[in-house]
Amino acid sequence: MDNDAAFDKFKSCAVEVLQVPADKITPDARFSDDLEADSLEVVELVMALEEAFEITVDESELEGVETIGQAFELVTSKL
Amino acid sequence: MGVLEGKKILVTGVLTEESLAFGVAQLAQQEGAEIVLTGASRALSLTRRVAKRLTPEPEVLELDVTVPLQAESAAEEVAARFGRLDGVVHSVGFAPESCLGGDLSRAEWKDVAVALEISTYSLKLLATAFAPLLEAAGGGSIVGLDLDATVAWPGYNWMGVAKAALESLARYLARDLGPQGTRVNLVAAGPIRTMAAKSIPDFAKFEDVWDARSPLGWDVRDSSAVSKAVVALLSDWFSKTTGEIVHVDGGFHAMGA
Repeated sequence: MDNDAAFDKFKSCAVEVLQVPADKITPDARFSDDLEADSLEVVELVMALEEAFEITVDESELEGVETIGQAFELVTSKL
Repeated sequence: MGVLEGKKILVTGVLTEESLAFGVAQLAQQEGAEIVLTGASRALSLTRRVAKRLTPEPEVLELDVTVPLQAESAAEEVAARFGRLDGVVHSVGFAPESCLGGDLSRAEWKDVAVALEISTYSLKLLATAFAPLLEAAGGGSIVGLDLDATVAWPGYNWMGVAKAALESLARYLARDLGPQGTRVNLVAAGPIRTMAAKSIPDFAKFEDVWDARSPLGWDVRDSSAVSKAVVALLSDWFSKTTGEIVHVDGGFHAMGA
């Protein structure tokens, strides 16, 4: 899967779980400030991403992940 | 044949695969129980998602413990589905940020009230809502999750107060529900790295001392011993045990240093 296709897939998960418009899902967007996502929603997003990309993310890997870009990088590092 | 063969069990508090309640739900299924989960308000979709990781996938009912009507409708749904209930797992707790960490006195009553309503009073809410269904099962078993409330902990603050009240409430419910055969017990677990634990500012201080002081050792990433104890208390193997607190903490509580 190329990077753009992966990001599109990532974006559709984020739109579904965080219930925000697709254009808000940019690499710089911060979960708490820009997307108003709390820790529960971030965990749910990760679960959705695990299913969509068929990967496993340990909760400890989420420490320090604050932006869409960081989360996307974490996902692609496992593909 | 498992120890919960044929039993119908309601499990609250499944948020992620790390949740204590997730381990309980999984083991209860392995031991032959048919389970239903409940999820609350904002976390409901998360519970529905993690339910897919259980086999078979259990039904998820909406139950926010601050909305008594939802407890009644959950009971109605369980009644329609099973006609009885053999066990209820209470794994519900929440405290506003002001109640956890730092100076205990900074929390105002409105925040403390939220902590007590969700973490303590909810046991009564579940017990009352499901008592008729438990009675229909011949008594049944209510098991709640606890952190030893006989001492003060770093950062735990008003959650610790709520747990102390939970311990007391479990004894009173054991008294009142005993005549219908319903047992009410708690499992005082050692610290496990769950979503809930992450909200305790000084959680690392628990982790550091627990393993060292426990004669049996303690791994904050492994809740399997907690699941086993809860399942055992749900089973018929503790048929004359009620109002009890079983410590599943590596033996930490029994050591002075």
